[in-house]
Amino acid sequence: MKSFTYERVTSPAQAAAAVAGKPGAKFVAGGTNLLDLMKLQIETPAHLVDVNGIGLDTVEATSQGGLRIGALVRNSDLAAHPTVRRDYGVLSRALLAGASGQLRNMATTAGNLLQRTRCPYFYDTNMACNKRQPGSGCSAIGGYSRQLAVIGSSDACIATHPSDMAVAMRVLDATVETVRANGATRVIPIADFHRLPENTPHIETQLQPGELITSVTLPAPVGGTHVYRKVRDRASYAFALVSVAAIVQPGGSGRVAVGGVAHKPWRVEAAEADMPQGAKAVAARLFAGARPTPENAFKLPLAERTLAAALNQARS
Amino acid sequence: MDPNAHFPLSRRDLLIAGATSAAATAVPAATPFQPKPTTMTAAAAPMSVRLSVNGAPRQLEVDPRTTLLDALRENMHLTGTKKGCDHGQCGACTVLVNGRRVVSCLSLAVMNEGASVTTIEGLGTPQAPHALQTAFVKHDGYQCGYCTPGQICSAVGVIDEIKRGTPSHVSADLTAQPMLSAEELRERMSGNICRCGAYSNIVDAITEVAGAKA
Repeated sequence: MKSFTYERVTSPAQAAAAVAGKPGAKFVAGGTNLLDLMKLQIETPAHLVDVNGIGLDTVEATSQGGLRIGALVRNSDLAAHPTVRRDYGVLSRALLAGASGQLRNMATTAGNLLQRTRCPYFYDTNMACNKRQPGSGCSAIGGYSRQLAVIGSSDACIATHPSDMAVAMRVLDATVETVRANGATRVIPIADFHRLPENTPHIETQLQPGELITSVTLPAPVGGTHVYRKVRDRASYAFALVSVAAIVQPGGSGRVAVGGVAHKPWRVEAAEADMPQGAKAVAARLFAGARPTPENAFKLPLAERTLAAALNQARS
Repeated sequence: MDPNAHFPLSRRDLLIAGATSAAATAVPAATPFQPKPTTMTAAAAPMSVRLSVNGAPRQLEVDPRTTLLDALRENMHLTGTKKGCDHGQCGACTVLVNGRRVVSCLSLAVMNEGASVTTIEGLGTPQAPHALQTAFVKHDGYQCGYCTPGQICSAVGVIDEIKRGTPSHVSADLTAQPMLSAEELRERMSGNICRCGAYSNIVDAITEVAGAKA
């Protein structure tokens, strides 16, 4: 690990000012992704601002009938929250499908959204990676790409976003609330929060330097049957090859988002009009324009079948 | 006489020069590969951290880079907690922080200011073992034993999580009290790898202590 200085802060505004005021500074919360990357010298922050003491660790009802989830709420606590289990089952299910019990006890809501890709070429510092070292190229293209993106990718990057939680947040139309060093706050819809790679895969979200996530807000519950179906190489504790978050209403209408296929949770609202027609019709519109590699082309039929299984599960 | 006087180049310099000349020979037109200059950053000043470990207050002076795992093993000499992968993938370093199981390799010591840490040494002793330690022995819940402290600390967390009604990936009903089945234990213990493959005996040991039949 490269050397760094460290400080603790006690308020969101102080945290944002501390990171904005120091070049190379980063927030640390759970640390489960950042410390891993620091040990590999993929991340080399000069200064760490520990935000674990700023509060923002509760789940509260909003006046609109939804839930405001503090940025520091741990993944295990969010998954086990009684209201989330009852009204936002897809979110509990997605969280419980990710990582291990120990990591879920550490990882935070905001940190989960900000976790980096597990592309093997991002992790191997001997390889070219535009995300790790902008302009160096992409060794994943033409390389071992079985786990990587099939849609929304670019000639600069074919990495996927690894989060399960974010896929559920996308299907729930969550919004991300932030604060900046000057005290300005804003609300970013989850649909816009993560960016596609295009020519700047190292810029993964809309956040500005020093901008701190304070909470993630869910709208009022939409009812329906909630399903999160994850396909992976082993039964537990692995990243998704493909995952499907679905909310299905009694008439067969609903919403669907897919994980493991793109640089962000993948949802095409227009495709949801075809949900009563079944998985094939929805998948055709969800994956129009897909650019799989020979190694990961299997993800397209796999996603369609996983969606079919999710819709069957919702009906049963 | 300086024994290195005849060798003004260090071994590292020679290796770099050799690599450069080899590259120059093979591809005369190409710019020889230049390794990136190593930027040395001075270690940050040590920081003080106070925490309670197995019930005893401890104060440490650590480099901010020190993980909780290394602080336990190297600074406090509590070597029961094991370093496996050091990347949060194997669970060998699992300890309880404020009663919750975590991987100590992915937490900085300084992030645990004021925390209460329980390691395998704090759960029981050879004279007065924890019920899980006794059950692991009875059921042969290990072969080499390297993952065992992490397995047992994790199991303490699992039993508490089930008692609190926390659902898991395999719980059929998110809102019901979870079952204490082998399937539930396997899922909940999936963050602890045992390369000897003692998994079925580990499940038997935890099941006995948690008070149900597998």
